[in-house]
Amino acid sequence: MSDPGSLATFLRVTWLVTRKDLTVEMRSREILYTTTFFAASCVLVFAFSFVRDGRPLDAAAAGILWIAIAFAGTLALGRTFERERVNETLHALMLAPSDRPAVYAGKLAGILVLLGAVEAVLVPLVALLFQAPLFAHPGHLALLLVVGTLGFAAVGTLFAAMLVRARSRDVLLPVLLYPITVPVIIAGVRGTAALIAPDAGGVAAARAWIGMLVFFDAVFVTLALWTFEAVMTE
Amino acid sequence: MMRRSFVPVLALAAVMFAAAPVLIARAPYETTMGLVQKIFYFHVPSAMMMFVSAFVCGIASAVFLFGRAPRADRVALAGAELVAVFGLVVLVTGPIWARKAWGVWWQWDARLTSSLLLWMIFLAYLLLRRYGGPGADRLSAGLALFGMANVPFVYWSVNVWRTLHPKTTVVPSLDPAMRPAFWWAVLAFTLLYAAVFAARLRLEDQRARLEALFLELDE
Repeated sequence: MSDPGSLATFLRVTWLVTRKDLTVEMRSREILYTTTFFAASCVLVFAFSFVRDGRPLDAAAAGILWIAIAFAGTLALGRTFERERVNETLHALMLAPSDRPAVYAGKLAGILVLLGAVEAVLVPLVALLFQAPLFAHPGHLALLLVVGTLGFAAVGTLFAAMLVRARSRDVLLPVLLYPITVPVIIAGVRGTAALIAPDAGGVAAARAWIGMLVFFDAVFVTLALWTFEAVMTE
Repeated sequence: MMRRSFVPVLALAAVMFAAAPVLIARAPYETTMGLVQKIFYFHVPSAMMMFVSAFVCGIASAVFLFGRAPRADRVALAGAELVAVFGLVVLVTGPIWARKAWGVWWQWDARLTSSLLLWMIFLAYLLLRRYGGPGADRLSAGLALFGMANVPFVYWSVNVWRTLHPKTTVVPSLDPAMRPAFWWAVLAFTLLYAAVFAARLRLEDQRARLEALFLELDE
């Protein structure tokens, strides 16, 4: 075993936690299937409220995409940590002689992979159903999705982990998560709208939003790594 | 110290609130909004107290989380509750003013939206404390830290989001003749805040003491 404080050990623990989560998930594919289906049904519900006379409202696609991501993300976060709670495995992870922030980073990476898979289905679905030119700037959209999802998941993973021991955790997760992640939702929606609607600012506006999200990610990932140990100590 | 000064501070605040309408009535009328602008003298001081209280809660939460001082947690709770109270005053007086000045109850203006979001974060904090069960004090301290870090992002994103759709807003620039009434109101609100905060903190301190005594008796 190498020095417990080194970066190599940190990355190794992160990788082990991520691999564990993904192995568990791949055996049942429970979260992947249910979350993807849930996201798709969200899109369908919005379709009924935002489509008039067979034509979607302008730029509704951007909003629908990000609301579906936020809702599906909450569901995935809740389920991932519910799994750890039922089997008392989070407790075991916390007892492991490793950096606790590395456990957080591993859980975060697992959630990101899951949400990435959900988004791979969601983006074409929204583009198809709402006739939105989402693939006009594929590089920018991908970047926006990556930094937006990272910001949402960075806050969400910490909150979901904290709430494992709390009562009424199912209700409290969205209650805490949505007010804090409003900047991510605004940036995601406005950035995507800038890419699909020519009058909303174009690529330059999307770049500004991506810049803000990178800054948001940096602050909140750092803050989460820093506070994880303190909030998880009983 | 707090206990002895509580009654005088509260009494002074009450006297100042009683006298405030006189000063507010004597202050000049704002040219475009007229009488309805007078709501400003209650709206802005409450908003100031709301932000001060949010700051108190955030700092106390950080001290509690990393310094493990139990009293800091009680300070944070008192701060968060007062954000909810003064925020409610802001969010009730604001739309009343807006209805007369802008013609609508609510506008998605940057400052309105960010105040609403800040208020909602503290409501979430209180919900977590109330329904989170054991250990909720540490969790809510984490939430308060995140809420503090979030303020610049909310402000920036809401600002840019709104400036894409510019709208004329009425920005009140303070007439020198309005200043006495305004600062009088600010001082009155500050005293009220201090008195209520001290009372709330004392209640929480007593609760902690009672709990400690209970535990002692059990052993």
